[in-house]
Amino acid sequence: MESIQNMSRRNFVKVFGLASGGLIIGCQFSSEKNIVRIDDGTTFAPNLFVQLKKDGKLILVCSRSEMGQGIRTSLTSAIADEMEADWNYVSVEQATGDQKFGNQNTDGSRSVRTILEPMRKMGATAKALLIAAAAKKWQVAETDCKAEMHYVINKNNDKKIFFGDLVEDAMKMDVPTNISLKDKKDFNYIGKTLGSVDIKDFTHGSATYGLDARLPNMKFAVIARCPSTFGTVKSFDKTATLKIAGVENVIELERVKKPFGMLGGVAVIASNTWSAIQGRNNLDIHWDKGSNGQYDSKKYMQKITSRVHNNAKVAPPTKGNVNTAFSKASQIVEATYQLPHLAHAPMETPNALAWVHDGKCEVWAPLQDPQTARADAAAYLGIEVKDVTINVTFLGGGFGRKSKPDFVIEAITLSKKINAPVQVVWTREDDIQHGYYHTTNAQYLKASLDKNGDVTGWLHRTAFPSINSTFMPGANYAAGWEIGQGMNNNPFDIPNTRYENAKAEPFVRIGWLRSVCAIFHSFGINSFIDELADKAKKDPLQFKLNLIGKDRIREEKSPHPLNTKRLKNVMNIAAKKANWGRELPEGHGLGIAFYYSFYSYVATVVEVSVINNKLKLHHIWTVLDCGMVLNKDNVLNQMEGASVFGSSIALYGKITAKDGAIEQSNFHDYKMTRMNEIPPIDVTLVESDEAPTGVGEPGVPPVAPAIANAIFNASGKRYRSLPLSDHGLV
Amino acid sequence: MKTLTINGKNHTIEAQDDMPLLWAIRDIVGLTGTKYGCGVSQCGACSILIDGEVVRSCSLPVSYGIGKQITTIEGKTDNLEYLREAWEEINVPQCGYCQSGQLIAAASLLNTNPNPSDQDIDDAMSGNICRCGTYPRIRKAIHKAVKLKNK
Repeated sequence: MESIQNMSRRNFVKVFGLASGGLIIGCQFSSEKNIVRIDDGTTFAPNLFVQLKKDGKLILVCSRSEMGQGIRTSLTSAIADEMEADWNYVSVEQATGDQKFGNQNTDGSRSVRTILEPMRKMGATAKALLIAAAAKKWQVAETDCKAEMHYVINKNNDKKIFFGDLVEDAMKMDVPTNISLKDKKDFNYIGKTLGSVDIKDFTHGSATYGLDARLPNMKFAVIARCPSTFGTVKSFDKTATLKIAGVENVIELERVKKPFGMLGGVAVIASNTWSAIQGRNNLDIHWDKGSNGQYDSKKYMQKITSRVHNNAKVAPPTKGNVNTAFSKASQIVEATYQLPHLAHAPMETPNALAWVHDGKCEVWAPLQDPQTARADAAAYLGIEVKDVTINVTFLGGGFGRKSKPDFVIEAITLSKKINAPVQVVWTREDDIQHGYYHTTNAQYLKASLDKNGDVTGWLHRTAFPSINSTFMPGANYAAGWEIGQGMNNNPFDIPNTRYENAKAEPFVRIGWLRSVCAIFHSFGINSFIDELADKAKKDPLQFKLNLIGKDRIREEKSPHPLNTKRLKNVMNIAAKKANWGRELPEGHGLGIAFYYSFYSYVATVVEVSVINNKLKLHHIWTVLDCGMVLNKDNVLNQMEGASVFGSSIALYGKITAKDGAIEQSNFHDYKMTRMNEIPPIDVTLVESDEAPTGVGEPGVPPVAPAIANAIFNASGKRYRSLPLSDHGLV
Repeated sequence: MKTLTINGKNHTIEAQDDMPLLWAIRDIVGLTGTKYGCGVSQCGACSILIDGEVVRSCSLPVSYGIGKQITTIEGKTDNLEYLREAWEEINVPQCGYCQSGQLIAAASLLNTNPNPSDQDIDDAMSGNICRCGTYPRIRKAIHKAVKLKNK
């Protein structure tokens, strides 16, 4: 049993009576009246997660946003497990955006990693209170009682009391001091497979996404935004728009110069979405394209490529002396890799319904970070945060786009102006052309091999517009954390290394997209070491295992430092699953890639064929070590999805700009892989007792380089830029 | 005024002739299970059945639906019920947003082909994008629905 230390009896729990006759258990980090504190150093803030009713119904609150990762099921199952609750009594309530629930930012593959233990404590505390109440009733020691499937049982005589029947007594209890968490062997739900609590809503069309939010007398708005980023309206003619049936108003919006401020433009308000779209199509707008109006992504790629071909700013740590290593080399290998911008393109486009009235603001929107939306809305309206309510709907995909709530500012501005509820709808064209783009990247890698084919020197230069530029205009170099996503901290054991970062100024809004900088650095590194293996005339798998070197835990400031043994383990499992080294049919090839990101270890092997210069994916094997698994089937589903997401990046993902405007507009020219292109995907999870680490993102980075490496194995052709559609392969 | 028959129920609405069925169903009738994804027949999120056959509601005017039997994800057909059961058993959805369209497309497939092969499934379903990447599970679930139906 793992005891919870330093928990102050007086400080931990507040038992609230519910108007409806239930019990709410919560704990709060910041102390106010009636509220308590856990002195255990977790970063978890005020929260209320458990509500038990007299009829046994158990409402568990999910503080993180549901965007397909199954978080509403997994986090609440951890509470239920520790509470010994019967899952059949559980329903899940989505938290509004509110500081009292602790950090709600659903991003960075961190929900389970950071709040699994606090959620387990919520359940354990509830159980302790129920046991205390039963013990008092029976006049026995708490140690004579246990909880099981929604009952407290008297171990002496097997008498039992239903959880619901203990509500009133439990409310009078002080929290016991001997709260402990369960052993792994006793888990009912953790580590097992539980179907989604929302599955029936998904299969009946009754899950409410942001776009499905409805209020009486609401209006629908579609906004024309300048084709180039931060351009402004010079003049516009709304005559034709106002003739469209259903159009009610046309309103000019000014840009709000904040990271998640709105772009501005001209909004058309109508009684339905279609009229608003038609109205916008009929606007005649003259734009001032502004300073980003010259952006040409093709020329820009040439520019940042030439920068990585020259000395650039050193990104420590530097080890040994690469120049000496290069001068003594038996072979020098160098390569340049280029990757384009990407758009998130969640199936549900950005949107928000807002109703601003009487000094208050209420929003319904698909938000990954509702607290930021709340703070931004309050600041923009000049009202207090408490007067802003953010209702988090289901997210029809997020991938990082819905962490950036510019669409909320649009909706509240329009609602305030017309004094009615307004839903701002981004069309797919808006989504593709006005996003916060995954950055574009050029990398140059150079390495020396000695006569044994071992790598003696490693130079890696990278250039990409930084996410920091969205927050600090003028930030023209990468942030440390961006480079730290596997570039200047690769897992290799090489005696001489040097990392450099070249300047890259932004011309569009740059944002994070599922697995962020790991996407391109994984592509560069995994492609390059495959090239090195070929030059060294060694089997790619053995060469890469050798490059990682001996088992060690990297010395680094990290809650989960890199363990090379775990990395090599996922590679070996993936290779075994794929039967690495086997005889392949004519035109077929196997490629392997791996990456350590969000503290998790992933290796992916892909089998492809290239016949008449046409690529076909035949099989994907992917292996994840994310430590302890909370909901097994969720994790499998995430990894399957990551393989598909990564395939889209490899085959099709490309956003380009000309004259400042994005050239793609919808799924016909911003393509993604479809069912007929996706082969069987075989996922293996490593059994582990280590602390849980990321799941949502780490599956993505190895996919594209594994495909590129497999193509090389199949055809002898090396593709150093994505997408592969540019090379005529699909 | 126009009358649409959706899931067996008549809805009399006011809408321009050229308004796509998608927006009439979502914004005027008020059934929001049918989803907007692209507006140009590229993603299949807006799929509905008209007289048992799948169409893209974003690209057909409301006038096209008059006098026909429209089935949306809120509706019920034999095949939809088997598919739902299979979807739930295999835990297909991630974010769930595209799944209305996926289920409708799958129902249309089973209406015409009671025992589809993997290739038939790929052919019928490749018009529906799932950004979360649930394709392998959808394939599996369609086979499962056939099994449930034949049981």
